[in-house]
Amino acid sequence: MTELTLTANIDVPDDFYADLIDAHESLSKEESDALNARLILILANHVGNRAILKQALDAASLQKGG
Amino acid sequence: MLDERYTLAYELYPYERSPDQDKDEATRHPVVVMGGGPIGIGMALDLGLQGIPVVVLDDHAGVGMGSRAICFSKRCLEIADRYGCGEPMLEKGVVWNLGKVFHKDHKVFEFNLLPEEGHKFPAFINMQQPYYESFQIERLRELQAQGAPIEIRGKNRVDGVEVHGDHVVISVMTPDGPYKLEADWLIGADGASSPLRNMLDLDFTGKVFQDSFLIADIKITDDVEFPTERWFWFEPSHGSGASTLLHKQPDDVWRVDFQIGWDVDRKEEMKEENIRRRLDAFLGGVKYDMVWSSIYTFQCKRMESFRSGRVLFTGDAAHQVSPFGARGANSGMQDVDNLGWKLGLVVNGVADDNLLDTYNDERVHGADENIMNSTRSTDFITPKSAQSRIFRDAVLALSNDYEFARPLVNSGRLSVPCTYDGSSLNSADGLSGPERTRPGSPCPDAQLNDGFLLNRLGNDFVLLCINTNGPHELEECGVNVRTVNISTSDDPQGALAERYLGEATSAVYLIRPDQHVAARREIYNENLVRAEIRRAIGKE
Repeated sequence: MTELTLTANIDVPDDFYADLIDAHESLSKEESDALNARLILILANHVGNRAILKQALDAASLQKGG
Repeated sequence: MLDERYTLAYELYPYERSPDQDKDEATRHPVVVMGGGPIGIGMALDLGLQGIPVVVLDDHAGVGMGSRAICFSKRCLEIADRYGCGEPMLEKGVVWNLGKVFHKDHKVFEFNLLPEEGHKFPAFINMQQPYYESFQIERLRELQAQGAPIEIRGKNRVDGVEVHGDHVVISVMTPDGPYKLEADWLIGADGASSPLRNMLDLDFTGKVFQDSFLIADIKITDDVEFPTERWFWFEPSHGSGASTLLHKQPDDVWRVDFQIGWDVDRKEEMKEENIRRRLDAFLGGVKYDMVWSSIYTFQCKRMESFRSGRVLFTGDAAHQVSPFGARGANSGMQDVDNLGWKLGLVVNGVADDNLLDTYNDERVHGADENIMNSTRSTDFITPKSAQSRIFRDAVLALSNDYEFARPLVNSGRLSVPCTYDGSSLNSADGLSGPERTRPGSPCPDAQLNDGFLLNRLGNDFVLLCINTNGPHELEECGVNVRTVNISTSDDPQGALAERYLGEATSAVYLIRPDQHVAARREIYNENLVRAEIRRAIGKE
């Protein structure tokens, strides 16, 4: 059974969040959107499993229980 | 001539003419403290308890009006307790553990500070700053009566300083006119806008945040009970602020804190009818009296160095943070906790003055940690770019349904004491003990059969020996070390073993007067402990 992890799993979340915001520092709207798109694709590839990716898409759409 | 910069809540040290004012030559004092706020008075208590003569100069004659700092942390209270005024604070303060975070009116989650057992003091108490200061002054008077060499001079404003290689000449203005005095050491505890820092033309750099906050302290007159919790709203729909914080204080007073934006007309916003408009929108039909209000903006800045020769800076004068996380007054008290014993050893000729450079090293480390945390909270609460806001709102939206997003919600990371990792005063860790008590750590409290561990430590160097015995007497380089032997049969909750032994069966901790661990090992070894003491006072 493959389940999307929706419990806290990031090591030192404040550090991660600061890195994320820093990565966008001084980018234009278009550049930021493009960065986010690349980031999503990279993370999706890391996950790999299509069933989990589908669950992630549902969770991001704020559809519970997907 | 001596302007009132603020209204007093209590006049506690009215101006009295000092004999120093009638002398032809300036009197030399070992230590002069500029500023009679919580940090300056904390400094005086620390030095006075050691028997080091100290003169506090304050341009006012008592404690300022207004709640200001309201969240006092465990470590801050433990320090106050070391000075002998922690218990009345605990009695007066409001203890809270539960926090709730709302986004657009629905609760996204709540957190519990989850109090750990076996501590004399809770994680936080809320209390108006004038109470904190009054308890300190009460204690100061008590120590004076017992002969402690502390002097506090109200209505003594420092107008100029001349720094020499081995002393400072201070020009003071009083209601009777000017006089001069000299100090071997001058401590700046004169607040965020520090006149002393400006007189010496020292830098203060960092970030200014483009937002202002309106504080309103209110007393609810209706028969409505709000719980004793910290409630924080992101983008509340009542529209009275971009964020709003509600927090309880003693005397049935509530702190409401509205984020109101950068381009505001302060005068207009401070009009009672306009404050009431925001409060009414927020509180619905609840009736209340207004107690105090203020608008503040903030910055996250620090001095490059907290020591400038014979002058040392403490508290907000040395570093300023945003209020999110309660890291202002709490970190200032850790400054004096750190500086007090070092200055005492230097004044008594036991340590060289390079020990004071470690005050700078250790507390800059603390200030950077506080600035980083409070900057991050501020960036989350008031996102500074469109993209930052998108992520912030995404985190809030997800945190409602998904637990993983909640640790990312940042409405303030509450003050915890700093561990002085990498300090030159620490010795290599000689115990495979718990991480939290490694050298550099502040000692965690533990319940004993008869009282608390921290009350047995502090004020001097202590060798804490657990399940093993230390020497009856130990003196090294003029430092007298007191031995405290405790066995785990005096450990009713197992807290001592959990926090100080871990896997080890015995331990010997060398603990500094500020209750930070300097060194630890399994059993007593005289030669090694002597070297550790020398290292802890900067002589190794």
